[in-house]
Amino acid sequence: MNGMNRRRVLRGLLDGTAVCVALPLLNCFLNGNGTAMADGSPLPVRFGTWGWGLGLNKAIFVPQKTGANFDLPEEIQALAPIQKHINLFTGFDCFRDAAPNLCHKTGWVIARSGIAPANQSDLPGETIDVTIAKKISTTTRFQTLTATATGNVRDSYSYENAKSVNIADWSPLQFYSKLFGEDFQDPNLPDFKPSARTMVRKSVLTGVLDRTKELNKVVGAEDKARIDQYFSGLRDLERQFDQQLKKPEPRAACHPAKAPTEDAKPGLDYELVGQRHKMMTDLMVMAVACDQTRVFNMAIAAQQAATTKPGYDKPHHTATHEEPVDAQLGYQKEVSWFIRREMELWAQYVGSFAKMKEGDGTLLDNMLIYASTDQSLARLHQIDGLPMFTAGRAGGKLKTGLHIAGAGGQGTRLGYTAMKVFGLENTSWGTQSNNTSKEIGEILV
Amino acid sequence: MKVLLSRSVVCAVGLAAGFGLAGCSDASSGRAAVKTSSVTAVAQYAGTPARVRRMTQSQYTNTIAYVFGSDLSIGEPFAPLPRTDGLLASGASSAGMTAGEFQQLQRSASAIATQVVDKGNLGDRTSPRRDFLVPCKPAAIDAPDDACAAKFIRQTGRLLFRHTLPDALVTELTGNAHKGAAELKDFYAGLATVIEGMLLDPGVLLITDSTEPDPAHAGKRRLTANALASRLSFFLWDAAPDDELLKAAESGALYTKKGRAAAVDRMIASPRLEAGVRAFFDDMFGFEEFAVTAKDPKTYPMITGQTLLDSREQTLRTVVDHLITRKGDYRDLFLTRNTFISPTLAPVYGVPSSTGWSAYEFPQDAHRAGILSQISFLALHSHPARSSATKRGKALRETLLCQKVPPPPPNVDFSAVENPDPTLRTARERLTRHSVNPVCAGCHKITDPIGLALETFDGAGRYRDTEKGVKLDTSGSLDGKTFNSSEGLGSALHDHPQLASCLVKRMYSFGTGGPLSNADTPAVEALSAAFAQAGYRVPDLLRMIAVSDAFSEVVETPAAVKTADAGQQTVAK
Repeated sequence: MNGMNRRRVLRGLLDGTAVCVALPLLNCFLNGNGTAMADGSPLPVRFGTWGWGLGLNKAIFVPQKTGANFDLPEEIQALAPIQKHINLFTGFDCFRDAAPNLCHKTGWVIARSGIAPANQSDLPGETIDVTIAKKISTTTRFQTLTATATGNVRDSYSYENAKSVNIADWSPLQFYSKLFGEDFQDPNLPDFKPSARTMVRKSVLTGVLDRTKELNKVVGAEDKARIDQYFSGLRDLERQFDQQLKKPEPRAACHPAKAPTEDAKPGLDYELVGQRHKMMTDLMVMAVACDQTRVFNMAIAAQQAATTKPGYDKPHHTATHEEPVDAQLGYQKEVSWFIRREMELWAQYVGSFAKMKEGDGTLLDNMLIYASTDQSLARLHQIDGLPMFTAGRAGGKLKTGLHIAGAGGQGTRLGYTAMKVFGLENTSWGTQSNNTSKEIGEILV
Repeated sequence: MKVLLSRSVVCAVGLAAGFGLAGCSDASSGRAAVKTSSVTAVAQYAGTPARVRRMTQSQYTNTIAYVFGSDLSIGEPFAPLPRTDGLLASGASSAGMTAGEFQQLQRSASAIATQVVDKGNLGDRTSPRRDFLVPCKPAAIDAPDDACAAKFIRQTGRLLFRHTLPDALVTELTGNAHKGAAELKDFYAGLATVIEGMLLDPGVLLITDSTEPDPAHAGKRRLTANALASRLSFFLWDAAPDDELLKAAESGALYTKKGRAAAVDRMIASPRLEAGVRAFFDDMFGFEEFAVTAKDPKTYPMITGQTLLDSREQTLRTVVDHLITRKGDYRDLFLTRNTFISPTLAPVYGVPSSTGWSAYEFPQDAHRAGILSQISFLALHSHPARSSATKRGKALRETLLCQKVPPPPPNVDFSAVENPDPTLRTARERLTRHSVNPVCAGCHKITDPIGLALETFDGAGRYRDTEKGVKLDTSGSLDGKTFNSSEGLGSALHDHPQLASCLVKRMYSFGTGGPLSNADTPAVEALSAAFAQAGYRVPDLLRMIAVSDAFSEVVETPAAVKTADAGQQTVAK
C-alpha cells in the first residue's frame, strides 16, 4: 500500500474543497500498468452466468453475418451498446440422445451441465458455474452468488446435484445485507483487526463438524452423500471465517452504496422484473468489485418463463403456445416483445459490468459471462439451434464482438471453452453426443 | 391400535386405491382392481424407512418460537424443498444443503442468538430477553460462569436437540461458552456463540430417525423413544417436542399403548395442533406458490399482494375452523359456506367489510360453496390476467385426488389450436379447439371439464355470469359424475372416492417424513377405512396415524442396508 490508502488519498485531494473524484481510478492498489495487483498477482478473472427464458425467433434474432461487425436483427437490436463486449453463438445444438425432450428443461440442463436429464426431477452432474467455482472461487467470502430478477427463490440455473439447487437471492434488501451487512469487511479500510467473535465462532464449529462426521458413520448409504454435503457446508463456513480473519486485499473499485431503503416490488411484469434486475445487478457488480465472489449467476426468468406484459393476458410461456404466428410478420409478435425485453436486460447486465472500472480496463474485461436459455423456438420446444452468448474478455484470453454460427455442432463446446479459459484440467466435457473436447477456437486469443 | 378395523371396511376403501392418469386415457376407466388387504397384513408389514430429514422452514420457525419466543425475528434461511410425492415435506428426506444455504443459516443463527441474549433497550421499551430466557444470572457479566452456562445449555439444548444432552456434550458446549465469554469479555456473548453453534448442529437441523431393536417383534426395529417423540411432534405440531413429551419418551411411556395414546391426545387437544394442521394443508395445497403469485394490475386492479396473502389465510382459517374447531367431515370442506373475511377480501367477494378478520357465512345463492370457490384456489390456479380451466382442473386432480396429469408432449405443434378468431370469446369455446386435436384431447379432457365449471370465477376469483357478453356454460363432469355449476363440482368432489384416501396418503407421508412406497399401501388402506368409519374427522385421522404401529415401526430399505451390530442402538438404519 506504500502508506497510501483510499481515505488518505481522498483527504489529500479534497483539502477542504469539493471536487469530483472518480474513485475507481485510484490505482495505487494496482501495479504501474493497471494490469495486476500491486503485489504483482494478476487481477482475478471471474465467471458469471445469465439465464433468459424461451429462446428466440430465429428469423429476427440470428444475424446474417458471422464474425466481427455482425448485423443486429430486430429482436436483438437492444444489444448495439454492448455488441463490442459480447459474442453471439447460434446454430449450436443440444443432443438428448435416448433421453426424452423434457419441455423447458432438457435444453438448459445440457447447456449448463453437459448431460441430458432423464426425467423432470433429474438434474445430472453439476452446473458449469459450480465446477468453475471449485477452481477459481475458493478464496473469496462466497464461493458463488446466485440471484434472480423474478422474485422467486427457486428461479435458478445453478445446482450441485439433483437435490441441491443453489437457490437465488431475490430481495435486494436481503442481498445487500448478505453482501455488505455486519460481516462485510471493507477491503480498503486502512486498519484491520481480526474479529474476536469470528475466532470464537470458528472454534465452536469444530465440535459441530465432529458430530457431523459421527453421524455419517451411522446413517444408511442413501443419506451418506447428504451428510457429506452437510459437512462440506460447515467446512465452507469455516473457510469463510478463516477468510474474515485475514486482511483482505484492497480493491479500488469496491465502494458499496448505501443499503436500498425499499425492496423491489413483487410481480412478474417486465417493468417490475426490470427494476429488480437492475437492483440485483448493481449489487452483484459491487460484490464482484469487492471480491466477495468470483463466480456469480443471474436469471432474468426461470425456465418456462412466467413473465408478463402489462395488460396482455398471456404470460411469456403461455404466449409461446397460444399466440398465433402473425401471417405477415412470420413470427409471434407478443412473444418477440418478451424476447426483446430480455435482450434489453442482457444489455443492461453486461453494460453494468462494463461501466465499472478496474485497473486500466473494466470489470468486464476481467470476466467471462456465459448466457443461455431453455429452448430455441419455444413454441415447439426445440433445443437445436439454442442461442448462447458470452460477454467479457476473460483477462485478455477471449476475443469479443463475434457472431459464431455453430452449424449444428455441440452447444457444450462453449461450456468446455469456458472451462479451458479458467484452467480446468478436464480433457472433455459432457456425455454421449454432448461430449466434447473441442473448444470454440474462433473466440480464443 | 385403531387402524386394525374390520376387513369389510378395508375392502370398501380399497375401491379408492390410487388410479393414475399417466397415459391421459379416460380417467373413469383407469380404476385399479379392488384390493383386499387383510387387517392382519397391515400389522405385519407396518412401518416406514428410517429417514434423515432436513428441518423445514416452518418447523424451524415454530421450534425457535417455542423455545425462545414468537417475537424473535428468524428470517427464512432454508432453501425451498423439492415437492416430492405431492408434498414439500416429503422432499425433506432427500434434499441436500448447499454451501450457500449454510451461510444463510449461519446468519440466521447469529441473529437469533443475538436476540436471545438481548439486554433490552429502555428507550425502545424492550425488556431484556436474557432475563427470562437464561435461567440464571452470571456471577459477573464480563466473565465466564460455567455453572450458569451449563444450566442454560442443559435446558435449551434439550429442547433444540430433542433429547437430554449427554454430559460430554454439555461439557463441550460449556467450554465453548467459557472460551467465548473470556475472549469477548462478555458472558452473554459467549453464550450467544454456543446458541449459534447449536443452531448449525446436525443434531438440531436434521431430524434423524434413530432406531433400536423392537422387543415386541423379534428381528424388527422401531424408532427410539426420542425419535418417536420427534416424529409425533413434527407431525402434530410442526415443531420439536415440548418438555412433557420428552419426559414421556424418556420414561418409556411412549412405548405403552396407554402412554402413547395419552401423549397423542394431549397433543391433539393442545392449541399447538393448529400450527401442525396449517403446515400440512399449506403444503398439500401448494400455497408456497403465493410467494410468487401476482395479478396483472391493469386487469385486476383490486388484487394486491395483501389480497393474495389474505386469500391464503382465509382458506387456512376455514380449514382449521371446519376440521379442528367444528370437527367437521373433511369432504364438507368442499361444500361449506362458512368462512372468514378480511377487509381486502370483502370487495373481491362483494360482501360487507369489517375491521380485521370476521367469520362469515355466504348466502346460499352466492355461488361460494367450499374452498374450490375461494380466491386462494381460483387465483392461484389462473394466469396473471385471466382464468385457466386447465390449470384449475389439473390442480384439483393432482392436489386433492393425488392423481398425476402428464405434461403436454414436447413436439405438439400448437398452431392447430392457436386462436386468431376473435369470435371465440369464452374459455369453453377456446378449449374446444383442443378437443379436435387428438394429441391435446387426451389430457385436456381430464382437466377442462372440471375447470370449466369454475369459469364463473375470473382469474382473480371474482364471480361472473358471462365472459365477453356470452353466458357461461359451467356444465362438466368428474370421473363419471356430471354437474352444471361450481357447487355441483364441489358435490362431485365431495363424493369422489379418492378425495379422502388422498388426504390419508398425504397426511401419512407428512407424519412419517417421506414419500409413500408400495409397502405403505396396506397401512394407508387400513387408515382410509378407519377414517371413513370415523366420519372423515381429521382429528381422528391424526390420532389413528400417530398411535399406529406403522408410525413407530421401521422397515429396511434396500439402499439403507448396513452392518451395524443388531443389538446396538444406531440411527437411520
